[in-house]
Amino acid sequence: MPTVDQAITLGLTAAEFALIADKLGREPNEVELAVFSLMWSEHCAYKHSKKLLRSLPTEGPRLALGPGENAGAVDVGDGWVVAFKVESHNHPSAVEPFQGAATGVGGILRDIFAIGARPIAVLDSLRFGEPTSARSRYLLDHAVGGIGHYGNSIGVPTIGGELYFEEPYEQNCLVNAMALGLARGDALIRSAATGIGNPLVLFGASTGRDGIGGASVLASAELGEADADKRPTVQVGDPFAEKKVMECSLELLERGLLVALQDLGAAGITSSSAEMASKGEVGLDIDVALVPLREAGMEPWEIMISESQERMLCVCEPAQLDEVLAVCAKWEVGGTAVGSVTGTRALRVFVGDELVADMPVPALVDDCPLYDLVVEAPAAGLYPAPAATFGAGAGAGPRETLLALLASPNIASRLPLFEQYDCIVQSRTVRRPEQCDAAVLALPESPRGIAVSIDGSGRRVACDPYTGTIEAVLECTANLACAGAEPLGLTNCLNFGNPEKPHIAWQLTESIRGLGDACRALDVPVVGGNVSLYNESGGGPIYPTPVVGIVGELPDVARAGRAGFVRAGDTIALAGPFAPRLAGSELAKLRGDELPDGLPPIDIAAVFEGQRSIRDAVRAGSLSSVHDIAEGGLLVAVAECCLAGALGATLDLDPLLNQERSTPRPATDASLDEVLFGESPGRGFVVSGPEEALLALGEHVALDILGMVGGDTLKITSGTLQLTAALDELHAAHVALAPLFP
Amino acid sequence: MRFGVIRFPGSCDEVDAVLACERVPGASAQLLWHGDADLHGVDAVVVPGGFSYGDYLRVGAIARFSPVMESVIRFSQEGGIVLGICNGFQVLCEAGLLPGALLPNVDRRFICRQVNVEVAQATMPFTADCAAGELLSIPVKHTTGRYYAPAEMLEGLEADGQVVLRYAHDGNPNGSSNDIAGVRNAAGNVFGLMPHPEHAVDPLTGSDDGLKIFTSMAHAHG
Amino acid sequence: MTTRARVLIRPKAGILDPQGVAVEQALPALGFSGAANVHVGRLVELDIEDPSQLKSMCEKLLANPLIEDYEILDAS
Repeated sequence: MPTVDQAITLGLTAAEFALIADKLGREPNEVELAVFSLMWSEHCAYKHSKKLLRSLPTEGPRLALGPGENAGAVDVGDGWVVAFKVESHNHPSAVEPFQGAATGVGGILRDIFAIGARPIAVLDSLRFGEPTSARSRYLLDHAVGGIGHYGNSIGVPTIGGELYFEEPYEQNCLVNAMALGLARGDALIRSAATGIGNPLVLFGASTGRDGIGGASVLASAELGEADADKRPTVQVGDPFAEKKVMECSLELLERGLLVALQDLGAAGITSSSAEMASKGEVGLDIDVALVPLREAGMEPWEIMISESQERMLCVCEPAQLDEVLAVCAKWEVGGTAVGSVTGTRALRVFVGDELVADMPVPALVDDCPLYDLVVEAPAAGLYPAPAATFGAGAGAGPRETLLALLASPNIASRLPLFEQYDCIVQSRTVRRPEQCDAAVLALPESPRGIAVSIDGSGRRVACDPYTGTIEAVLECTANLACAGAEPLGLTNCLNFGNPEKPHIAWQLTESIRGLGDACRALDVPVVGGNVSLYNESGGGPIYPTPVVGIVGELPDVARAGRAGFVRAGDTIALAGPFAPRLAGSELAKLRGDELPDGLPPIDIAAVFEGQRSIRDAVRAGSLSSVHDIAEGGLLVAVAECCLAGALGATLDLDPLLNQERSTPRPATDASLDEVLFGESPGRGFVVSGPEEALLALGEHVALDILGMVGGDTLKITSGTLQLTAALDELHAAHVALAPLFP
Repeated sequence: MRFGVIRFPGSCDEVDAVLACERVPGASAQLLWHGDADLHGVDAVVVPGGFSYGDYLRVGAIARFSPVMESVIRFSQEGGIVLGICNGFQVLCEAGLLPGALLPNVDRRFICRQVNVEVAQATMPFTADCAAGELLSIPVKHTTGRYYAPAEMLEGLEADGQVVLRYAHDGNPNGSSNDIAGVRNAAGNVFGLMPHPEHAVDPLTGSDDGLKIFTSMAHAHG
Repeated sequence: MTTRARVLIRPKAGILDPQGVAVEQALPALGFSGAANVHVGRLVELDIEDPSQLKSMCEKLLANPLIEDYEILDAS
C-alpha cells in the first residue's frame, strides 16, 4: 500500500491523503492514489481558484453552452453557434517549447471538436522574457514553430494572437492557445456518459508513457532545477493523427452514432472517464488490458494517467458499436471498446477480470477540498523596474521616440510570426492578422460574420490587478469595435504565480473581481476558461496575466473595419474618451520607470458607450479605417495606420495641445509626451474617412480632427512640434522582430 | 463540368478546392476518397493542398501510391486534366506526372503570404482565361515549395513553354529556380503550382484572381 | 527470417540544403569552430526479408533520386 509520503511526493497533502482514505473507507492502492493525485491536483480540481471563479457572470442572452463542458459556446444566429475556449500550456512549453506549444494547440482543438464543433480558428497568447535573452529567443522561435506545425498541418487557420516580452516571464514563459469552432446549435454533444450497459470506446493514437505525471508534476508545482529530467515526460504531438481523430469525431457525430464524447487531456483516461461518469451520474468500468499500447510492460496506473495525445473517449449504444468502430477504421484511428457504463457510480479499473481500482466518482470529481486563499495586498511593489533601453535625455525627441517605440519588442509588427501560420485555410478569413484590430471570419451562407481578439497586458495588471484586468477586457472589446463587432461571450486564462502566497492571492482575487465587474457592465458572459497557477520560479512570480478572448458578431462582413489608411484625402481624427497617461506605458518601460502603484479608475459603461459609437460607424460603412490606440499611444497608432495602408499622413495636433480644445482630453496637465505616447487602453481610436462622416461620429463620441491621409511620409506640424518620418523609415523600425526568426 | 477533388486523410484544402470549383458557372465538384480507385467519371481532377498522409517520409511521397492516385495517373495518361495545388503539386512531382521536385524553402520556415504571380503561358487548359504577363494575386502557404529541376531539365522546360506561372519581380518567397511558381507537363494536361488559387476566388477574402485557373479548366472542357 | 537494414538518405550534392546551412551557422555561435559542409539527411531503419529489394525500395519510395542520394549502409 502506498504511504502518506508517496502521496505527498505526488502533490497531495497529508490531510488530503487522509480524506481520500476516508472517502474510500480504506487506504488507496497504487492505482487509486495515482488517479486521486491527478483528480485532486490544482490542474484538474481548481482547488485554489474555484471559489473565486464562481463569482464570474456566466449567463447572457446569447449563451449557448456555459462553463462545465469542454468548451463554451454562443449563439451567432441562423441556428449556428460558435464554441470557444482558451487554455494554457505554460509549463510543458517551458520544458520543450516546440512540443509544448504544439500539444497546447492540439489540446484546445480537441476541446472544441469534443462538443461537436468543427474547429475554425486558433489564436495564441505568448509571453517571454526580453528578446535580448538567448533563452527567450529560443523559446519564442520553437513555440512559434510548434504552433505553426500543428495548426498548419491540421488545416485550422491561426488568425491572430498577441505577444509580449517582459523580464518576469524569463523563467516562466506563457503559451496560451485559444480555439474557435462552428456547429449547428442542435448538434452540440455533451460529455455526460449515460445508458447503463452502453460501451465506452477509446479511439485515436495508442497509449504510451508520454506525459506520465505531467498533470501533477508539470502543472501544479513550481519548476525547479531538475527540469531537464522532466523532458522524457513531455507529450509529443502528431497533427496528422489529430486530423484523423477530428474528422472521425465529426463524422461519428454527423451520423448520430454517439451518446457522449470527451477528449483526453491532462490526466488522460483518468480525468476524462471520471468527468464523463460524474456528469452522467453513472459509473464506468474500464479494462486497461484492452487499451492499445505503444510500449510494452505499462502498469495499470500508467495507462490510466498517460497523457498520450490525440485520443478521445465516446459512449454509444450497443447497437451502434459496429458502425462506430467502422468509422474509426475508415479514419485509421483504431477504435476499441475498453469498458462500459454502469449504475454503480464508481470508476472501476480492471486488468482483464482482476479489479485493480474502485473509486466513488463523486469522491474523485466533487470532493477535493477547495481552499480559501489568504489574501494580503503587498506593502511594496513586487516587481523591479524594467531595464531602461531608451533614454529620455538629449536626442530623444518625438521622432526618435516614435521610431524607438515602433521598433520595441512589444509594438513591432507581429507579421514575422503570423506569416508562419496558415491564416486562410477553410476560406472564411475576411481580415487577416494586422489588417484589422480583430480577426474577422465569415459565417456560412450569410453576410454575417464573427470577430475575435485575445488580449491581456500583464505589466498593466501588475500595476493594478483590478483596473488592469478591466483594461484587458476593454482593450479586447475595442478591438472588436474596430471590426464592427458586438461582444457575445468571453473566455479567459488566468496565469498567475503561487496562490498560496498572500500577495499572489491578492493579485488573483483583485483580477477576478475586475473581470467580473467588466463582464457584468458589458453584459458579456464568461463561457469558460482555464487557470494556470504556480507560474514562478527562482526569478520570482510572473506578471499577473489574465488573458481574455472575446467573440463578437457583425451583421455584414463586407463592412468589417480596416486598420490601415485606405484613401489619400481622407480626414483623420482621434475619437473616444482618450485619457493618455505615461505611467505604466510602453514608453515608461523603455525608459526604465518603476511600475506605478495603481492605474486611473475607469468608467466602464462610458468607455463601452464610446466603443459602441465606433462599432456603429463601422457597421454603417461610413469610415475608411479605424484602429484602436494601444501600446505606444496616439503617434504609434497613427504610424501603424500609415504602415498598414502604405499611405502617409499629415497631422496638426493643435486641437489636442491647445488648452481651448473642444473635448476634455487629454488631461490639462498632460505633457507633450503624454499626449503623443501616453496610453489609455480601450478608450481612443484613430479613424479616417470623409470629413462629414467623422463629424457625424463626433455627435456620438468625443472627436478631434487631426489631419489628412496622403503622401509617403508621416508629418506632424503643431507650433513648435515638427516631425517628419518617411514610410520607409517607419517600416524599417516596425520590422524589428524579423531577425528573431533567422 | 464535374470536378473531382481528392481527399487524403491529411488533406486540408480539399473543401476550399470544392468551393472554388463550384464558383465556376455550370460546374459541380465532388470529393474523391483516397482509398477508392474509382474516379466516378469526373471531367477533371484536383489534387489539393494539405499533408496527404502526414508527409512524414518526404512531402507527397506516400500519397503517390494511394489507390486513387494510381487511377489519376492513368487518367492523366489518357489526356485527363489534372491540377495539383501545393501538396498536390508535390504529389504530382513524386508521381512523375510533372517534372522536377519541391525542396524546403530557403529560409526553412512555413510562409503564408499573398504574392503576385505572373502568367508566363496563357494557354489551354489552365490559364487561357488569363492574359500573358498578367499578374495574379494569390496566396502561398507552405514549407516545401522551392521548385527545383536539374539544369538541363530546367532549360528544356523553359524552351518548351512548360513554365506556366512565375513569382513576380522580387516576390519569390521560397527560392524557387527561375522564380517558378507553377509548371505543366509536356502534353499540357497536368499542371502543378505552389500558390493556392482556391484561396483567391472571392474579393471578400482577399482576391478572386485565382478563379481564372478554374474557369479556364471549365472552358477547356467545353 | 529478416535482416536489419539501414539506409542513409541525404540531399544530392550541389542542391541547397537550408537545414544543413542552419546547423553550420549555429555551430560557431555555440563555440564550435572548424565544422564545414554540414548536411542534414535522414536514416531509415527496417527489418527486411529480402535485402535485394532495398535498391528498388530506395528508388521508388525511400528517396527521390532527383534531389536525394541514398546509401545502403548495411544489410547484414
